[in-house]
Amino acid sequence: MIRLEKRKEPSQIWRIANPFLAVVLTMIAGGMMFAALGKDPVAAIRLIFFDPLFSEQFGSYSRPQLLIKTAPLILIAVGLAIGFKANIWNIGAEGQYIMGALFGAGVALAFYPIEGWYIFPLMILAGALGGFLWAMIPAILKTRFNTNEILVSLLLVYVAERILAAMALGLMRNPDQPGFPGSRDLRRYESAHNAELIANTGLHWGVVAALIAVIFAYIMMTRHMLGFHVQLAGQAPRAARFGGVSPARLVIICLGLAGALAGLAGMFEVSGPGGQVRIEFATGYGFTAIIVAFLGRLNPIGIVLAGFLLGLTYIGGELSQMMLQLPSASIQVFQGMLLFFLLALDFQTNYRIRLTQGARA
Amino acid sequence: MILGSINPAVLLAALMVAATPILLAAIGELVVEKSGVLNLGVEGMMIMGACLGFIIAVNSGSPFLGFVGAALAGMVLAALFALLTQVLMTNHVATGLALTLFGLGLTALLGQQYVGITPPRTPRLDLGPLSQIPFFGRAFFRHDIVVYLTIALVGAVWWFLKYSRAGMILRAVGENHDAAHALGYHVKRVRLMAILFGGACAGLGGAYLSLIRVAGWTEGMTVGAGWIALALVVFASWRPWRAMAGAYLFGGVVVLQLNLQAAGVRIPVEYLSMSPYLITILVLVLMSSGKARASLNAPGSLNKQFHASG
Repeated sequence: MIRLEKRKEPSQIWRIANPFLAVVLTMIAGGMMFAALGKDPVAAIRLIFFDPLFSEQFGSYSRPQLLIKTAPLILIAVGLAIGFKANIWNIGAEGQYIMGALFGAGVALAFYPIEGWYIFPLMILAGALGGFLWAMIPAILKTRFNTNEILVSLLLVYVAERILAAMALGLMRNPDQPGFPGSRDLRRYESAHNAELIANTGLHWGVVAALIAVIFAYIMMTRHMLGFHVQLAGQAPRAARFGGVSPARLVIICLGLAGALAGLAGMFEVSGPGGQVRIEFATGYGFTAIIVAFLGRLNPIGIVLAGFLLGLTYIGGELSQMMLQLPSASIQVFQGMLLFFLLALDFQTNYRIRLTQGARA
Repeated sequence: MILGSINPAVLLAALMVAATPILLAAIGELVVEKSGVLNLGVEGMMIMGACLGFIIAVNSGSPFLGFVGAALAGMVLAALFALLTQVLMTNHVATGLALTLFGLGLTALLGQQYVGITPPRTPRLDLGPLSQIPFFGRAFFRHDIVVYLTIALVGAVWWFLKYSRAGMILRAVGENHDAAHALGYHVKRVRLMAILFGGACAGLGGAYLSLIRVAGWTEGMTVGAGWIALALVVFASWRPWRAMAGAYLFGGVVVLQLNLQAAGVRIPVEYLSMSPYLITILVLVLMSSGKARASLNAPGSLNKQFHASG
């Protein structure tokens, strides 16, 4: 008879090994899925996981893309992970990302065509503020009215998407090209352009911000009282309350921090790689970042590794769209599977499988 | 005279159609939550139902088979959720999200060749003289059979939860799984069945979208209907008839908003189309605050892990 026995301490070995195992299993299952759809499985997996970095043909295009795709994922995931640790489920980072982009772009478009060193810093502040304010809606509703933050933050994504469309078609539309939806190209506006810091590397200010956020989060979670409170509230909410941790304060901090970081990610994207406010601007970084956070074990360093992996699949998704005519959303299958496998494998972290004799029951 | 051009009977009829997919998903999720499980993957199961129901109906020419296939597709995803959360004891929130991402991606892939196709028509139920009644006939008695079956399902769920023995066991499991376990009920088995039922309902709701309401397949066509269904369960404070009232209220908002768009009101379409989400949030706030605390009626063991030790 097979029995599950709860471990006294989660197994550290499995905790670290499982993300890697999950990736391998995802590749196998994904390959089987492609085979079932009549595509060459080996070619498809290669295209998604290896070609973006090593292909002669696309390497020069896609290698710089790696940092461009990874930075927003890490930036968002670091913030989300802190909340997840405290059992605060902000799953609407996509909306906060959009609002950050709109606030940042809004500042730039308001100053256009004035040039000045102060414009970009102002955009950074506005981007963080946009994401922060958008995250404050579920936060305040949670603390004030006890409304479920999962549903509110998620529903606000759909609202943000419609605001984005309204802006791209209305207020922020480029007045010089009224026939086309979308704002001015911020890449052509020097003071607002989030340019590459080193040519052809993909290294822009968002990457720098992601790095700072990782270091900041690491120190906060391991050295600072707030990090301790977050962990305590997640693992023993009652003890945390007796210990004087205010749950409401924690909700505001966790959602606000995640929102501000997601907003920053949106702002760096719209002023750099994205270039303009368009209807199709949001490509799901906010949702993928949830997987990055889990795959990285809610740990800032783990998130960096997971961010690179999922950034890679993003580029692979674009390549497979071009080469295999797969819809871009199909990359979500991989992301979903990855999370499935990771969660499924994690039972080994918390439970031990015991084969017992039937008589001992 | 923009509002004058809207015919109230047509509006009511459209409202019932708009409410049906969300109501189907919500009534399924209500049973799931009554058993103590929070399945956040409703959106994923709905889109699976929408896609597979559409594919099967188009290939077989039978909408009925489409609905059956959709229910099965929803159940398959639900079974995956059950395996992960009940056997492997994974985090409910993360598993539900994985279900949604996976469903959205897989359907984008599967449905790729089906964009722009019209599905076989689902026949309207012939209610004879009833449908000839002025006003009421147009509003209530000229629908497809799924609309009426959905209402019947709400009644059946209400009866099941309130009066049947199995329903009482299900509620016991949801209220306090340790006590239910001590009484000798199979907590996991009950939950598994509830989760499968929820999956079938969500799949049917999705198929109603792709086969009848929209009558076509597009990638990600549920646009949050699954999440709204989840909110609806809270709004209903876990009571079946209130879920129906909520779904019709919500359907009314959707239809009114669409009519205002069509009538050319001077509000951009984007702002009008956000109203269903904003109203859902507003309703959630009203329900979770103050004296109307819906959470007071929430199943006691909702979203708590059950592991029979020893």
